[in-house]
Amino acid sequence: MGTGSLEFIINTVKIAAIFMGIISVVPLLVWVERRGSAFMQNRLGPNRVGPLGLLQLAADAVKFIFKEEFIPDHAEKVLYFMAPGLTLLPAALTFAAVPLATSVTVSGHTIDMQIANINVGIVYIFAVASLGVYGILSAGWSSGNKYSMLGALRASSQMISYEVAMGLSLIGLLLIYRTFNLNEMIAVQNGAFNFVWRGSAFSVPWLPNWGFFYQPIALILFITAGFAETNRLPFDLPEGEAELVAGYHTEYGGFKFNMFFMGEYGHMITSSALITTLFFGGYALPYASPEDVLKFWTENGAGIAGLIHLTVPDTASLLTMLTHLASFCAKTGFWLFFYVWIRWTLPRFRYDQLMDLGWKTLMPWALANLAITTTVIFLAHLPS
Amino acid sequence: MEHSQFGVFSEKYKMIQQLAPVLVLIAVVVGFVVVSLGLTNLAGPKRNATTDKQMPYECGIPGLENKTTKFPVKFYLTAILFILFDIEVIFLYPWALIYTDFLKFGSFIFIEMIVFMFILIFGLFYVWKGHALDWD
Repeated sequence: MGTGSLEFIINTVKIAAIFMGIISVVPLLVWVERRGSAFMQNRLGPNRVGPLGLLQLAADAVKFIFKEEFIPDHAEKVLYFMAPGLTLLPAALTFAAVPLATSVTVSGHTIDMQIANINVGIVYIFAVASLGVYGILSAGWSSGNKYSMLGALRASSQMISYEVAMGLSLIGLLLIYRTFNLNEMIAVQNGAFNFVWRGSAFSVPWLPNWGFFYQPIALILFITAGFAETNRLPFDLPEGEAELVAGYHTEYGGFKFNMFFMGEYGHMITSSALITTLFFGGYALPYASPEDVLKFWTENGAGIAGLIHLTVPDTASLLTMLTHLASFCAKTGFWLFFYVWIRWTLPRFRYDQLMDLGWKTLMPWALANLAITTTVIFLAHLPS
Repeated sequence: MEHSQFGVFSEKYKMIQQLAPVLVLIAVVVGFVVVSLGLTNLAGPKRNATTDKQMPYECGIPGLENKTTKFPVKFYLTAILFILFDIEVIFLYPWALIYTDFLKFGSFIFIEMIVFMFILIFGLFYVWKGHALDWD
């Protein structure tokens, strides 16, 4: 009982820390987006508040809190207040199944660097991610503004259309991984690229065993659908300011608007983390398995162990976790930058083009990819 | 008999236990939302809402339509098609998990799914040619 409640407290603190971590990455991401946009457009961007404009984030947060709380007369009050929370919640919940690093063992307590190790992880993520539609629809409907309503309709229609393609694109990958658990997927991606063809094994030692090398088409489909799911350019029609003012959050201001913002960026972070986990080996390093890293730190971490007053195995597991966390952040950070990059590379679609791309391009490609993968696996398992 | 029932119970319990951190996370997120919205409610200035301020946003002219504005039936159609295709996709998930293992029992699982996917593609083709996917 005593250890049980201690574990509960440790886990609760960990969950709160991971959530606050995502919340604090969002302003940083806004800074990267604004500075990155400025860089791509040959201007300066925010550079006045603090070094490199980094304190702009704090200034924005303070401004959001000190804004006037305004409720429009024509709004449905309950849903109007719930909608920002309903948008933020799925964004945070989807991140729960993503493994951030290897687990740490300090004085007998093991802490997983993941909120919940769910055995149907990928199905859970799809189930929770689609709940985001409810927040957007209730925001648009409860605002009592036609722009909000139209923006919400566009957003939900777009999100459900791309969800089919997104779900289909991953089946080829699941055929290879044969698991829904994200931790096991990372374990499968360890080592060198290898496959079995009619009883004889082949291996390519210089190529990591990443999902991307098995399913490149799935990666393109997944990224495209991911952009549409997060309502990012070139698919940001729900917020097309030339037509719909600001879409479903037209009537929102202050911190409630900020919550929609955090929800959108939270979805971006989860989507980047998923691309990393599913296609690029997750937190694992390309040419070293987590066991190799642990062995390396057990052999070389004695000095650091003396410095922080921990035993050598504890320090090794801590350093292994930090190495993998850095690797995860680097990979996810690249895909987050990719979002900003694409924003200034591709212009916005027209709505019919958007729906055509989802239903008439991504779906046939996903089905073709699935059929080819199925057939290849079938042929590979024929007796020689 | 009793033993097996207990086994089933503990398996169920394991599934629930996996999702327990998610419940804690929900509590954390709801706490964050309530606290931050309460904080901004307390910290923000209080001003009287005039009639003009309360009007729905409309580019500076008086509002023309209320929120019961009509919208195209296309959106309903998309939602229905989504439900159809998404359920078909969900059927593929458990199949993908066992596919490679079941290949050793012969090609039945392969042919079965080729037939299923043919029906799916035929359905997509039918909807496509029926102009259900066209937006004008």
